[in-house]
Amino acid sequence: MIRPPLPRWLAVPAVVATAFLAVPLLAMVVRVPWSWFLALLTTTSAVDAFWLSLRTCTASTLLCLVLGLPLAMVLARSHGRLATVGRVLATLPMVLPPVVAGLALLVALGRRAWLGSRLSLLGVDLAFTTGAVVVAQTFVAMPYLVVAVEGALRVAQDDFDVVAATLGASPTTVLWRVTLPLTAPAIASGAALAFARALGEFGATLTFAGSLQGTTRTLPLEVYLIRESDTDAALALSVVLVAVAVVLVAVTAALGRSWGTRR
Amino acid sequence: MLRTLAVTGVLALLCACSVTPTASSAPPSELVVFAAASLKDTYSALGRTFEAGHPGVKVRFSFDGSSILEEQLAQGAPADVFAAADRATMDKALAASLVVKPVLFATNTLTLIVPKGNPAGVTGLDASLHGKKLVVCAAGVPCGSATAKLAGLLGVTLAPVSEETKVTDVRAKVETGQADAGVVYVTDAKAAGSTVDTIPIRDADRVRNDYLLGPVAGSRHSDLANAFVAWVTGPEGRTTLAAAGFVTP
Repeated sequence: MIRPPLPRWLAVPAVVATAFLAVPLLAMVVRVPWSWFLALLTTTSAVDAFWLSLRTCTASTLLCLVLGLPLAMVLARSHGRLATVGRVLATLPMVLPPVVAGLALLVALGRRAWLGSRLSLLGVDLAFTTGAVVVAQTFVAMPYLVVAVEGALRVAQDDFDVVAATLGASPTTVLWRVTLPLTAPAIASGAALAFARALGEFGATLTFAGSLQGTTRTLPLEVYLIRESDTDAALALSVVLVAVAVVLVAVTAALGRSWGTRR
Repeated sequence: MLRTLAVTGVLALLCACSVTPTASSAPPSELVVFAAASLKDTYSALGRTFEAGHPGVKVRFSFDGSSILEEQLAQGAPADVFAAADRATMDKALAASLVVKPVLFATNTLTLIVPKGNPAGVTGLDASLHGKKLVVCAAGVPCGSATAKLAGLLGVTLAPVSEETKVTDVRAKVETGQADAGVVYVTDAKAAGSTVDTIPIRDADRVRNDYLLGPVAGSRHSDLANAFVAWVTGPEGRTTLAAAGFVTP
């Protein structure tokens, strides 16, 4: 099928939109003092922030997979009002302002909160710990995984799972041997998006976890802090965050393409 | 024809977008004040009384961290008055010729706050903080460098669980009970009201944080800007600032 061509004038707003999105990032790359870029990045606080971000984002992405995958599979098979409510809840953190997410976590899991105070009695004190950072990141990142995987499962037209079931495979076998391998590209791209979102998490961490070098001060919090005293260093770290984001989005896009060609 | 019209329309829209913000031709009676976040309550009140004393004048505020505001001024943000919460930031603005003749109008000192009732039994910047959750400002921001200086004077080593970028974040963490204690300005302790208990720190008055304000260089309403500076440093301003816990010179 050959689609009719787009009207040519559409190119104008499209170019403007591209420039609108690209110019601020390019301006940042231009402003960075490249001659001492490395020196700015290798301060202990920057290095600590980098490793902390890497550790917490890996942990929260794994949590997203462990908890989000089952949720996505259940949602993809569910209909009716309850499923709609579940779907709304699963996507809500995506659109919440980060500070609101932080406040919500605080009133639920804070030391004075109902759940938080009970957790403390059990010896689990989240306040100002790296665990609190992981909780905040998982809260805001999980929707990205759930939405990506649920979407892929819904549009999947293959009947391999039906065939497997008629051949006598148990539901668990079908899940491990058929459904999960077929959904792998969507799971991977959803995980990459979740990782990217966790990496950018700022408001909830700041409100809920605090900011201490090596413990809770992730890359975005480090940028926020050093911006007060050293704009150059803040820009250098920001460029690193942009670079990581570019890689993650590229990976997601590549996975999307391979998914597309396989089908 | 339709295509041309559409292109023209889009272009016209773009022009409108790019022109409107830069041509913010404020009415001559509008005064824009960039002030440190810790001045929010006092300056808002002073702005209202200033408007009452100057009919037809509207005062608009932008409250943020002093260095963030200084950076915005350096980038050409349109403001008439700049009030900073520390001398270093004002010196930077002065060196870049962003402000004219800044004056000292208030000082602030540090104090310790604990959640109402002091559940962790903190007695001051001392051994009672051992194992407790203390929150302070990070060393890179004015309240944090003041805290470090005071701790040095007292010969104590602080082991905070969090170093915040904004003093209001320290206050919020004590108010919500997340932290057992926090080092904030006297004005923050006052503003927190009955949600916290205040424990004065010995020798706190030896580390003073200076607040300076001055008209922004090239302000189009320099007369009004000077009048606002005079309002803040005059009896009206001193009364309001003192009520909030500031010490006026």
